[in-house]
Amino acid sequence: MKAKGGRWSEDPTLRVNVYMETNVIETRAPTNPANVIVSVEGLTKSFNGTVKAVDAVSFQVYEGEVFGFLGPNGAGKSTTINMLTTILKPTSGKATICGYDIVKDAMEVRRSVGVVPQEYTADEDLSGIENVLLCADLYGIPRSVSKDRAWGLLKLVELDSAAKRKVDTYSGGMRRRLELACGLISRPRLLFLDEPTLGLDVQTRTAVWDYIKKLKEEYRMTLFMTTHYLEEADIMCDRIAVIDNGKILKLGSPKELKDSLGGDVVEIDVREDAADISDDLKKVELVKTVKKEGHTYRVMVEMGEAAAPEIIEVVRDKGIHISRISVTKPTLDEVYLAITGRRIRDEQANWEETMSTRMTMSRARR
Amino acid sequence: MTAMSGQKTIDPEQVRVNKSPLHGVWALTNRELKKWYKAPFVLAMSLVQPLIWMGLFGKAMNIGAIFSGSTFNIPGVTPQEMAALAKTMMLNTFGTSDYFSYLAVGMLSFITLFTAMFTGMSIVWDRRFGILNKFLSTPISRNVIPVSKVLNSAIRGIIQAAIVLVIAVGLGMDISHISALGILGTFVALFLMLLGFGSLFVTLALRATSWETQMALMNLLNLPLLFASNAMFPVSFMPTWLQPVVRLNPVSYAADISRQLLLGSPGMTGLWYEFLYLGAFAIIMAIVGQIMARRLLSR
Repeated sequence: MKAKGGRWSEDPTLRVNVYMETNVIETRAPTNPANVIVSVEGLTKSFNGTVKAVDAVSFQVYEGEVFGFLGPNGAGKSTTINMLTTILKPTSGKATICGYDIVKDAMEVRRSVGVVPQEYTADEDLSGIENVLLCADLYGIPRSVSKDRAWGLLKLVELDSAAKRKVDTYSGGMRRRLELACGLISRPRLLFLDEPTLGLDVQTRTAVWDYIKKLKEEYRMTLFMTTHYLEEADIMCDRIAVIDNGKILKLGSPKELKDSLGGDVVEIDVREDAADISDDLKKVELVKTVKKEGHTYRVMVEMGEAAAPEIIEVVRDKGIHISRISVTKPTLDEVYLAITGRRIRDEQANWEETMSTRMTMSRARR
Repeated sequence: MTAMSGQKTIDPEQVRVNKSPLHGVWALTNRELKKWYKAPFVLAMSLVQPLIWMGLFGKAMNIGAIFSGSTFNIPGVTPQEMAALAKTMMLNTFGTSDYFSYLAVGMLSFITLFTAMFTGMSIVWDRRFGILNKFLSTPISRNVIPVSKVLNSAIRGIIQAAIVLVIAVGLGMDISHISALGILGTFVALFLMLLGFGSLFVTLALRATSWETQMALMNLLNLPLLFASNAMFPVSFMPTWLQPVVRLNPVSYAADISRQLLLGSPGMTGLWYEFLYLGAFAIIMAIVGQIMARRLLSR
């Protein structure tokens, strides 16, 4: 854990560095698997009796971790979150949050979790503080408590000076921060974040994550998030579940997921139509598999930087000229490609989702 | 965890939260009311609208002038006799000697009807912006959402009706029969109507996925509900096939109660029967609305 007091630099220009640094220390802090906060078993939701939006999903989330759902639109991310936040009733299966059953003890579940939805749900006609207090009222928090809390939260997300302004004058980043404040008013043990940075530019995204980190630390929460920004998932999440067609295809830490691909990739383009040297390459230390496609060798190795010189030597010895070489570390993007067979950016959402995303994005950019 | 020691911990029991099934009703109602009373333009428009209706519509349809004797002459009948005849005809037809009073009181009912029809609209918007889902994730009872919508439009409708009444009196409505109890009774009847139609339109909106459908539904229903009522014309002069429809329409009862109480007109049926009818309408619609809300909001 870090030293107290120096959590966030007062110098805003330093924030990004601090964020990156603390990120490693904090979110990778060992979580105690004994403390299961979310337990899901065979959770299924079908619409109209036939379409299974979520198909017998099982997983656990541990107290204090950042758990991420990664998947294309329509994969079942939001449906799962909507079931866990008691907005939708599961068709079958069971889930408990903080020990409460999401169907039988729905009210207790609602009292223990906070939700920051994908959309901007703050009322544009009300001021920032009025929105936060409205949420407080819905949680039944008495005004004597909620006023202090609301101002405290708004200060934390640096909206206190804009708190009395109507929300329709807020920028996208400000709205996101307001949503965070609303989601945290009940001091939840578990916070659901559904695409928390959708439609924001890179700078604002970093800033929003900044606030999320700060709030997580302040209130010692567990975070359950969805995102389709792979870099974000990679940096933020302790564990990631890749979900597609309503099923969890893979679950593990970002490192585990990347390691599952079998290491780094060395790609070599050769100039001439020479004999296949795959077998010779396989004999090189650290090399795992070799694949030849036309003039290109795709070599899976354990440590790309160390293996590449060896590989070059072997190729040269055979009298073959290399026209290009590249060493790639596996990214989550490739993990995603390997697991689902598609790149996440190719996803074509259905019309309604596209429209709602556009609406959110256009509101974000104002 | 020692580094955390100086920090706030999350303890859900730390604050005694309100767990009553009705908590949140006023918070959500006030949220909607604020859009109205904190927006001077919207507020002004909702006040100007009845003024325009009353001034133009109410005054333009000067039916009394048709019988006034200035439009035709019957040989052997003096203008005095003509005026007396006209007054009797008006009284027999509308239950009051001038059509403006008749229409003005009817307008109380249909302005509140229009307010009630918009009850569902905000649910459609809330659903579209994801606001509804956020509310559903908070520990409020599912019923609180429709209740707050209906309450909002009931409060707005009553205030608008009060303003309409003041304007009508200012423009020359007959006040010879007016009494405090009569006004109170009128507003009770209007409140029951708002409750009934508000619940009905919230129920319809629970399923609507776009505001266009809800708009189409409102447009489909508003004029038939208005014309197939006695808000603008007495039921006894309508064609016989239409009369049963008018007698089923709650708008007729709200308008009729208002006329009995404010203008001293003879009623369509007994006053208590009419209150009973409106009350039953309001209660049935409210119950149906609550059941449907429970079912449709927790899918």
